[in-house]
Amino acid sequence: MNPELLIKNGRVIDPANGIDKKCDVLVVDGRIAEIGSIEGPLASSAEKTIDAAGKLVTPGLIDIHVHFREPGDEEEETIASGSTAAVAAGFTSVVCMPNTNPAIENETDVEYIHRKGRKTRKTHVYTMGSITKKREGVELAEMGLMTEAGAVGFTDDGRGVQDPAVMLRALKYASMFDVVVAQHCQDDGFAGEGVMNAGYYSTILGLPGIDALAEDAMLWRDIQLVKKFPPQRIRYHAQHISTAGSVELIRAAKSESLPISCEVTPHHLLLTEECCAEYDTNYKVNPPLRGAKDIEALKQAVAEGLIDALVTDHAPHLQSEKELEFLAAPFGIASLECALALYVKALIEPGVLDWPGLIGLMTAKPAKIINIDKGTLSKGAQADITIIDPDAEYRVDVNKFRSKSRNCPYHGWTLKAKVEKTIVQGEIRFSAGD
Amino acid sequence: MALKRKIKQFKWHRKHLLGLRELSAEEITFILDTAEGFEQISTRSVKKAPPLRGKVVVNLFFEDSTRTRNSFALAASRLSADIIEFTEKSSSVSKGETLLDTARNLEAMGIDIVVIRHGAGGAAKLLSRSINACVVNAGDGYCEHPTQGLLDVYTIRKIKGTLEGLKIAIVGDIAHSRVARSDMWAMTKLGAEVIFVGPPTLMPTQASRLPVSVCYSLDEIIEKVDVINMLRIQFERLGGNPFPSIREYSHYFGLTVERMKRAKSDIMVMHPGPINRGLEMESEVADGQNSVILEQVTNGLAVRMAVLFLVNQAAAQKA
Repeated sequence: MNPELLIKNGRVIDPANGIDKKCDVLVVDGRIAEIGSIEGPLASSAEKTIDAAGKLVTPGLIDIHVHFREPGDEEEETIASGSTAAVAAGFTSVVCMPNTNPAIENETDVEYIHRKGRKTRKTHVYTMGSITKKREGVELAEMGLMTEAGAVGFTDDGRGVQDPAVMLRALKYASMFDVVVAQHCQDDGFAGEGVMNAGYYSTILGLPGIDALAEDAMLWRDIQLVKKFPPQRIRYHAQHISTAGSVELIRAAKSESLPISCEVTPHHLLLTEECCAEYDTNYKVNPPLRGAKDIEALKQAVAEGLIDALVTDHAPHLQSEKELEFLAAPFGIASLECALALYVKALIEPGVLDWPGLIGLMTAKPAKIINIDKGTLSKGAQADITIIDPDAEYRVDVNKFRSKSRNCPYHGWTLKAKVEKTIVQGEIRFSAGD
Repeated sequence: MALKRKIKQFKWHRKHLLGLRELSAEEITFILDTAEGFEQISTRSVKKAPPLRGKVVVNLFFEDSTRTRNSFALAASRLSADIIEFTEKSSSVSKGETLLDTARNLEAMGIDIVVIRHGAGGAAKLLSRSINACVVNAGDGYCEHPTQGLLDVYTIRKIKGTLEGLKIAIVGDIAHSRVARSDMWAMTKLGAEVIFVGPPTLMPTQASRLPVSVCYSLDEIIEKVDVINMLRIQFERLGGNPFPSIREYSHYFGLTVERMKRAKSDIMVMHPGPINRGLEMESEVADGQNSVILEQVTNGLAVRMAVLFLVNQAAAQKA
């Protein structure tokens, strides 16, 4: 059959295969057929040709931490609206968190997410299941059956598993299925009723704080569990780490080659607790925004290769909820649609990463955490491709978001790097200007 | 004299009073001077003046309060305003109507000034961003209680002449106290030295970055201070178990007759009220000759009249 798509003259970046060069990409039958200089009859027979001169051609971006609110809170986001937003932001795969209403805790729930994703036909939509039933932190959820249904990991995200015995049980049990157990590291005892980082700003704003120790203590505990009781095939993932303390713990754990990975969000790389000074609830997020030293530590960690994935933790909320008192408003930032440009601002502009480094943390590395066969442009791989204009500047305008929600503190920011086209399984699912 | 003239020329421009942190020493002094002028209205036989005639003041209280609410109501009425009392015990969220909707509804009735007391820090600021009326913060969570801070410095200035160089101890649950925060801003801006006193479990996070010193022993500072402000232990806010028992708390941080013997003879004893007699303070001290607790209440009225007057004037100028 004829090739369906030829992408010409782009800077092709495929970190998993060590590729960073100007060349062409040929797609046949929804898969990568060839990378290199493609000329002659093969080139002219392509059904569609995209000129990508001056653009980056990368594996489709992967976000392993989004909240699409379905089922239960469809007024905030749906899998349809969320994956439409995602594909416009260059993502070809997303992983939904299971803290929906009800929580994702059996194979029917997992299949429901998949079905909605397929129906929308934008990105691949994956889900994690909850570690415990109803995310109550008491009884294990059906991890095995959910894994069989396609769940790519487990987490009680939104809160951490408080009881160390339950967490240990979860790690051991999950190891039977070679699946990652992800933790929202936050000790409820330390965190209390906190709504922002505990520090000078929480003191002068008169708001209860969440001490950095709440995160560090749970991450430390979990690392001890992984270390002391290492069943084979155990895999632990620390979600959205936000503190300098966490970085130190991860550094030590990785130096011992423990099976531990971690992720970081754009807001923990760009925003500090000081942003809460005017009680703007768009800065209310969990884990909370920390200090400048924490940002420095996280960037240092990225530079050292200690961070395994960049994620958005896209957490949409209604405007009416975010209009409440800071104390009462829900946690969360919706940042999916400007994510790539935010990482550029946080990591490429200050020279922490180069483009291949950034793309690696948004493709092959997160794919490895959830163990999916994606995130590369290897020959034969599914043709999930993102084309990026690295120099295009734009102003973030929440009113143009495809997401249902507007709770984004970056509104009005001028950012660089725009997604031109997003291709999923060889099909152009997003094209800028359409 | 030069300073006096400078203050005379000073023009008040704020239509909201949200907190004392954002005010300059000049602004605070201007409010105090304005309050001085209002004090005599309460001593006349006809205790009323006309500046807010035809204006509507809403007392929007989401937390229990008797003295602050009554003080504002009386202040408004002495300035000839109409007053609406809106008391909602439950938080706005559980009631189903948001704070902003409540305020917008009130505003639709044509009100001029909202006096708000709310359990969440920042509630007054949130309101000020969303409605056109003037907003006066009557206490937001444990962020600020600006009129209390103002009446405290007013009382001190009246008795001591100035705050410059005074040593002032604020004792008790600093972490959960909006009074401590407003006092701290006002007192330090006016040149006083403030010491927070209480157990470490009741100190706010990173108190070291505040313009105060911290001491965990009342005995250590009792001889040195010119003013002591004993905060009320607010059982409803404490949470957890920050001290083992009331008995033990009183033992270390209660202002007893014994401790008073070691204090300066002219020490001013203050309390924002209502007092837990025998807990923060023994009755003999509360009612003793150094106590200015009732004068604080009296002065609160003049200060609140000044605040209502000034925000209304600023709004009129902006309109």
